[in-house]
Amino acid sequence: MRAVAAFVFLASAGLLTAGLVGAGASSSPPADVASSADVEKGREIYERCGACHSLERDRVGPRHCGLFGRRAGSVPGFVYSDAMRESRLFWGRKTLDRFLTNPLAVVPGTFMGYAGIPDPKEREQLLDYLDVATRGEQCDAAAGSAAKTDGDGRGRRGDVRD
Amino acid sequence: MSSEIALAPREALSRRKFLGGATTATLSAAAIGLLAGAPTLFARRASAETDEQDIRILNTALGAEHEAVAAYQVGAESGLLKKPTLDLAVQFQGQHKEHIDLLAATVKKLGGQPVAGKVSYAFPVEKLETEEDVLRFAAGLEKGAVSAYLGAVPILGSGELSRAAASILGDEAMHWAVLRYVLGENPVPHAFVS
Repeated sequence: MRAVAAFVFLASAGLLTAGLVGAGASSSPPADVASSADVEKGREIYERCGACHSLERDRVGPRHCGLFGRRAGSVPGFVYSDAMRESRLFWGRKTLDRFLTNPLAVVPGTFMGYAGIPDPKEREQLLDYLDVATRGEQCDAAAGSAAKTDGDGRGRRGDVRD
Repeated sequence: MSSEIALAPREALSRRKFLGGATTATLSAAAIGLLAGAPTLFARRASAETDEQDIRILNTALGAEHEAVAAYQVGAESGLLKKPTLDLAVQFQGQHKEHIDLLAATVKKLGGQPVAGKVSYAFPVEKLETEEDVLRFAAGLEKGAVSAYLGAVPILGSGELSRAAASILGDEAMHWAVLRYVLGENPVPHAFVS
């Protein structure tokens, strides 16, 4: 998991631009740290999701706050497809990268009727942004109690995790 | 097919009609034109599985269109939109209603049950304090809609369905561009949408 906590506040406040964090971005970040430019690009890519998703609210698609580590199909009160609820996916960078590449191939029957994001770099940048934004302050109250496990703290055979 | 669908009389846009919130149960001539290829569409259906996938895709789009109509309703009732911007919002909402009519009719043709709009939507109304806030909110929805339809076009099960989705995409893109223009931004910032 990338260490991007430094960007959490700025991203959640909508202030993360190359200019505002220019000083921090002027030196090369460690290899496992998302650059501010990548996070900002990821924010722009996330706007493509804006017809159906938001960070804090369930819309046509479920909220994204608290996404990482959450079992697919587990946001309380949101109506998922059977396919998503039964997918055994736990959302992390690898599972999200696979899903976003071709949602219908990874979860046949998902309600997310979207062809996917074919560009690996764009998926990486989107995940850089989500990694930051879904843990930001604006998500503190919105992450809810979606399942990280199946209720007993243990996984199940067939679970798909990073 | 057209004999099954009653043409809606053209009505002048009005705030009263906009705030009334009623959707027409009929299809516009343009929508009928988009469905005109439906006989070949249905003749070329690959499988029941393809139909089910198309129904899911179209119903997801339908859900987003319902939300868009509700969002414009919130914008109009906010009192923050002044003429002529309010008139534009009324027009855009009416076009989203036409999208709903087309998508719902198509879902039914495919043997599905069109999703209904929600009783209420949790819009971020606490953040809508100015006309610019409302326009940016609407622009965000329209931009997302463009991307959503762009993502749907290549996975729909027939060329005719993709054509209909692309036609809606074009309309959403025009909404987005006009809203950007009203906001003082470059209305067409890129040669391609994504």
